[in-house]
Amino acid sequence: MTIPSLISLSGIERVFQLGDSEVHALRTLNLSIAAGEYVAVMGPSGSGKSTLLNLLGLLDRPDAGTYRLEGKDVTTLSPEEQARVRSERIGFVFQSFHLVPRLTAAENIALPMTLAGIAPAERSKRVEQALKDYGLANRADHRPDQLSGGQRQRVAIARATIMQPAVILADEPTGNLDRATGEEVMHLLEGLNAQGVTLIVVTHDGALGSRAQRQLLMEDGSLKSDSVAG
Amino acid sequence: MRTPDLIRFARDAATGNPLRSGLLVLAMAIGVAAVVILTALGDGARRYVMNEFSSLGSNLVIVLPGRSQTGGFNPGNAITSTPRDLTVDDAQALLRAPAVKNVAPLAVGTSEISVGGRLREVMIAGTTAEYTQVRKLELAQGRFLASGDWRRGASEAVIGAKVRTEMFGNAPALGQLVRVGDRRFRIVGVLATSGQGLSLNTDELVFVPVSLAQAMFNSNTLFRILIEATGRETIEPAKAQVTEIIKLRHEGEEDVTVITQDAVLATFDKLLGTLTLAVAGIAAISLAVAGILVMNVMLVSVTQRTGEIGLLKALGATGATIRNSFLTEAAMLSLAGAALGYLLGQAGAALIRHLYPTFPAFPPDWAVLAGLFTALFTGILFGVLPARRAARLEPVQALSKR
Repeated sequence: MTIPSLISLSGIERVFQLGDSEVHALRTLNLSIAAGEYVAVMGPSGSGKSTLLNLLGLLDRPDAGTYRLEGKDVTTLSPEEQARVRSERIGFVFQSFHLVPRLTAAENIALPMTLAGIAPAERSKRVEQALKDYGLANRADHRPDQLSGGQRQRVAIARATIMQPAVILADEPTGNLDRATGEEVMHLLEGLNAQGVTLIVVTHDGALGSRAQRQLLMEDGSLKSDSVAG
Repeated sequence: MRTPDLIRFARDAATGNPLRSGLLVLAMAIGVAAVVILTALGDGARRYVMNEFSSLGSNLVIVLPGRSQTGGFNPGNAITSTPRDLTVDDAQALLRAPAVKNVAPLAVGTSEISVGGRLREVMIAGTTAEYTQVRKLELAQGRFLASGDWRRGASEAVIGAKVRTEMFGNAPALGQLVRVGDRRFRIVGVLATSGQGLSLNTDELVFVPVSLAQAMFNSNTLFRILIEATGRETIEPAKAQVTEIIKLRHEGEEDVTVITQDAVLATFDKLLGTLTLAVAGIAAISLAVAGILVMNVMLVSVTQRTGEIGLLKALGATGATIRNSFLTEAAMLSLAGAALGYLLGQAGAALIRHLYPTFPAFPPDWAVLAGLFTALFTGILFGVLPARRAARLEPVQALSKR
């Protein structure tokens, strides 16, 4: 019996129309990622790595091909069903944090649960735990503009994990952070991976990419190399 | 998303941009306040006129020559369509009706009044002593026309307050001789200032005995017959009896129109009610403008918050959640604006009442409710388009727009 892979892409195509010309952001991409893997997606700008991440996060739809998440074809789902999958199975961490400026750290962390309609009592319990886990207990009522970059990204990671997703998609998570803080954030993400969460990090930073067990190198919309670190 | 969370989220979004939300609430408030104040003015005018008219004289029944309403077939109609004149004899005959208390004939024409070197064109009202009772007129000086035989009359005149000031200034008017047309009259009374009433302004009238007025205008026609019924409940019987008597006297032809004060009041009530409605309609335009402003502001808000919408979608918000949050925000802002506008409008109406105590500027309940409802409705209606646009944003495009 083979364990079905968490993510399975086959024949994925994504074409953007730029004026008169067509840009193939992704061409016939086949990829399989198992649960619990730590994958770095690398490549120069325009290589299609961000498009791949958006597709994996169900933020974008492929023009051709199938995407199976936990064995289920998610490309054919309705937008509402996709929203549900994003809510329950996927956590996002962005380069520019994407916190809601008018909400406090605690409220930002609670946002996915609020959107999913989870009861307030359960929410505050989980938020409190998350604040403690990420060392933000004394920052709960601060707004994003009152937090440092590292704290903001910790809030974002707490938000990404609060729904206990199967996979975390991180797009240049350290791009806006200094070296020490970036290191700290990566440590957190890797800690989550160690607990079994699949971690997919998009970066153009080779040093960061080399920390992952598996590196995917993208170029011109195709997978140029897929290597597992020894 | 749970409803309390939705409301809190929308509230935070609204208060997150106080200037934008404040302007929107203000626009909505002005719209609702306009409805409240304008309808208060319109309805106040209606009440004011109603009050003035009911003080004209109570239990009034008025006979006009000619028919203003068509009835069934009448042999009289087939022969002639010219109405018979209404005469003093007709008026006198009406005194036989049991429900009638007083009858005053009224003949009207224009003539010139002159005293000393002054000359003025005036309306001459020929009537009898009973006119004061029927119309509840008050005299400032002297007495009204003497009672007696309607077909004869002494050369006496009673002048309105305005005629008095214009003809005599500060000089005493009582007992003076004036020339009206080619006749001389002695002034026996001056009316107290009254006001506008039933198309004739008594301030500008000169009252003379009906027989002399008819002689002056060389006609035996009456303009009106004013009747006072014995009581409020006998107005309708009086109307029927009067119609019957005139019909008998006019060879079976019903060639007069008998109206009651109530009917006149009802007509004015309807007229001014329509006016209020029209004014409310005009005010509602400002609400529509406010609605469009809501749409505009919400559209700008969607554009400004594209990134946030993308984020919410990435965090698992469905299109419905996004749409509801924007709709809730539009509804909350409209509601706040409507509430503020209601208070402003009521304050404005109160101010008008304070400045003009005789003017009952109370906004009618229906207008207030309609104003509030319209505000909420337009707010939500015009919020739908931006909310739908927000809900339809592709998450990836929304996220990249930052």
